[in-house]
Amino acid sequence: MNGVAVHLDELRRSFGGVPALDGLSLEIQPGELIALLGPSGCGKTTALRILAGLEDTDSGRVLVGGTDITDRPANRRDMGMVFQAYSLFPHLTALQNVQFGLKLRRRAAGDRAAAMLALVGIDAYADRYPHQLSGGQQQRVALARALAIEPQVLLLDEPLSALDAKVRVQLRDEIRRIQTEVGTTTVFVTHDQEEALAIADRVGVMRAGRLEQLAAPTEVYLRPASAFVADFVGLSNRLPGRLDGDAVSVLGTRLPLVQAAAGGPEVTALVRPESVDVVPDADGTGRVLSTTFLGPTSRVTVAVGETLVVAQVTGERLAELATDTRVRVDLRPVPVALEGVSAS
Amino acid sequence: MAAATESPDLLAPAPRVRAPRRLTLGRVGSLLGTVPFFAYVVTFLVIPTLVVVIGAFTEDGRFTMANVAALGDSYILQAYGRSVMLSAVTAIIGAIIGAVLAYALVTSRPGGPLRRIVTAASGVLAQFGGVTLAFAFLATLGLTGFVTVFLRDHLGLDLYANGVWLFELPGLVLVYTYFQVPLMVIVFLPALDGIRPQWREATESLGGSTWQYWTRVAGPLLAPAFVGSTLLLFANAFSAYATAAALVSQGNPIVPLQIRSALTSEVVLGRQNLGNAMALGMVVVVAVVMALYALLQKRTARWLG
Amino acid sequence: MAGLRARRARRQAVFRWTTLAVAGVAFLLPLGAMLEFTLRDGGGTWALLIDWPQLSETYPDLAEGIVASFGQAVLTALLMLVLLVPTAIWVRLRLPGLRPLVEFICLLPLTIPAIVLVVGLAPVYAWVNYFLGSSSLTLTFAYTILVLPYAYRAIDAGLSAIDVRTLAEAARGLGAGWFTVMARVVLPNIRSAVLSAAFLTVALVLGEYTIASLLNRTNLQVAIYLLGKSSATMSVAVSLAALLLAFVLLLLLSLVGDRRKASR
Repeated sequence: MNGVAVHLDELRRSFGGVPALDGLSLEIQPGELIALLGPSGCGKTTALRILAGLEDTDSGRVLVGGTDITDRPANRRDMGMVFQAYSLFPHLTALQNVQFGLKLRRRAAGDRAAAMLALVGIDAYADRYPHQLSGGQQQRVALARALAIEPQVLLLDEPLSALDAKVRVQLRDEIRRIQTEVGTTTVFVTHDQEEALAIADRVGVMRAGRLEQLAAPTEVYLRPASAFVADFVGLSNRLPGRLDGDAVSVLGTRLPLVQAAAGGPEVTALVRPESVDVVPDADGTGRVLSTTFLGPTSRVTVAVGETLVVAQVTGERLAELATDTRVRVDLRPVPVALEGVSAS
Repeated sequence: MAAATESPDLLAPAPRVRAPRRLTLGRVGSLLGTVPFFAYVVTFLVIPTLVVVIGAFTEDGRFTMANVAALGDSYILQAYGRSVMLSAVTAIIGAIIGAVLAYALVTSRPGGPLRRIVTAASGVLAQFGGVTLAFAFLATLGLTGFVTVFLRDHLGLDLYANGVWLFELPGLVLVYTYFQVPLMVIVFLPALDGIRPQWREATESLGGSTWQYWTRVAGPLLAPAFVGSTLLLFANAFSAYATAAALVSQGNPIVPLQIRSALTSEVVLGRQNLGNAMALGMVVVVAVVMALYALLQKRTARWLG
Repeated sequence: MAGLRARRARRQAVFRWTTLAVAGVAFLLPLGAMLEFTLRDGGGTWALLIDWPQLSETYPDLAEGIVASFGQAVLTALLMLVLLVPTAIWVRLRLPGLRPLVEFICLLPLTIPAIVLVVGLAPVYAWVNYFLGSSSLTLTFAYTILVLPYAYRAIDAGLSAIDVRTLAEAARGLGAGWFTVMARVVLPNIRSAVLSAAFLTVALVLGEYTIASLLNRTNLQVAIYLLGKSSATMSVAVSLAALLLAFVLLLLLSLVGDRRKASR
């Protein structure tokens, strides 16, 4: 099954005067998994629902495989959808749920439904009712049901948000595996940045109804296009610096820029905690304020003059950093973004 | 009189709780605290019930099946038949109209003013007392009622050209429906609220039409609640007394009125306990219906709770 | 633009308003007819109705029935509260295993219609007559049974909403005795549920006819019925007034319930 291309063209939508989408444009390649990531209210779910046909659009177009389907009702769009909660029909077994779409189209349901259940790893529970299944199992069945009809596009509206942490991680890898195997173009909406980075081919970070950046996960994380992206995806330190040609001088280190910038010379650089090294040094300019042990990593908050810097350190280093230890703060020469500079 | 239920899950089973097992002094003391309640209930509920049950099988102080057998007499069987028919007809009419009204209501904004007003009004109308309701209909459709006069004066229509049906079974059907419909709205609305929008959206995204949604998803999901609510309406009409007592002065077409005559009129020789037998028969019918209702409620609660 | 969903929403709104308007007219018609019926004599009936001294003189039985009903309503509400509230709390706290039994008993009156209950009450009331006389106020005993399901449901819902066990354990841990726990910890927290139960009781008692008439006592509904034989207009007027009173009661009840939800 090969996917189709999806094109959202300048979608605008307001609810009672409040704009939810403000000119969203997006092109998805066939077979790609795009994650729409953003805080609540950013319009990601609205965009998904407009694509599904469950929401009208005030202006703009929706094209699937080159065809304009903006005016097509939801039940003729050939898309599979998985919801955050209440996905399954409670009066049908898992198998009957999966067969539902097929029976609507009067297609032979038995084999394909069983195959789908096996694909999502839940064939042992085919005859169970939704209330007899755990949250994770229900979402698997919902996924099977959506894929059973061989949709052109697969839509997932925060499918993992209602699940326990461990189940969430397990299931998101499963979803990725299945999507790669089946090859359907997929849109995955989430507010969890780790989830988005883990499974997507490209991540679309949204804010206030617009796309801030659409790029591969590594790009979004290492070369954020704006301060909002840098802040929303992962942690960022806001450190004062001086613009110096094509680099910025922060805490005595020259750091390259993600993109060329004008203005300044005083700017704020966004530095990731893992790019900061903290070394015990009796002559250092920094002083440890607090430490937090997080298991695989640890965080240290250091005061350098008036500035607070959060650094990520290993467990061994943590042992050397009691409160009030004098330290040296080293910044690794990783490209940084500047606050107040957004993607062009 | 029609008993209004405030919510449909009056008969939902209580959640299971662990009970302390040893009979310690403290436990006996705790039990003592419930004595007033149980004593009262025994005196005014259990004993009357036993009186009815035992009395149905007693004659002159001896056990007999004669009273219960007498229930098979044609005039009593006809009364039961009419009671059942009246209850069934008003239950079904009330259920259908009430369900349509409830559906209209559920499409409005939850918590909005329309919903609150209609729900409150339904609560009042479902409670609408037997005598006051009968008099309301007398003022509307009685011989000098507003509508009767209006139809006669403006449309030349004489409602009662073929007899005064308001005081007979057809009249009861109309009047009973008046409190059955609001009761259905109250009892069925929570089930409609339990229908999640995601199910409709899932059906649409899977390619289903509105018809397919109603016949394959919403219909089956609401069926137990609908049938259960209809049963509740049936029991409600079957038990009703005051409305009929106020409207019907000639004859005793339905069982509650038969019981009235057994209690108030000169007792037919040898049949003093016939009233008890008829009452027992009523209890059996209502109990069976309510038990079925409770079973259907469990299913509804699981799907739409 | 497409506006498919907007069109469907509009169609639903049209359906909604049409249906409810038709139903509204159908159900308000009898009430309007009652009003029209009672105004045919130019408002004299209503003038008499609100003039209590004149009313008691012209229709002494009606006045007696009205007084009896209010007495029954108050007494039943009190008896219900005294009997049911402590028992419900007590069972919750100390005898949770008994809860299904208590619930079953309280819901039993739903399965035993009033017309059936009154058949069995006749001999019991022979004793009541012997000890307490045959005043209409003794109907309180039967009425408390009738209101059990509704009152219990209201109080039980109130108890369920406040996690009684934790409150009681906290209070006991601080040294409170059982009476203190019930009276000063639990009761204030179920105030709106208790109020709901009281309102429901009053509404039910004011609408009761079956037991009163078949035990040969008087109350509002019995009085209205008997009055109907002699004065149709006044009986319809009292019916309408009684109905409006019930409406006001249930409206207040829904407001009380709302305040409870709002404070959560």
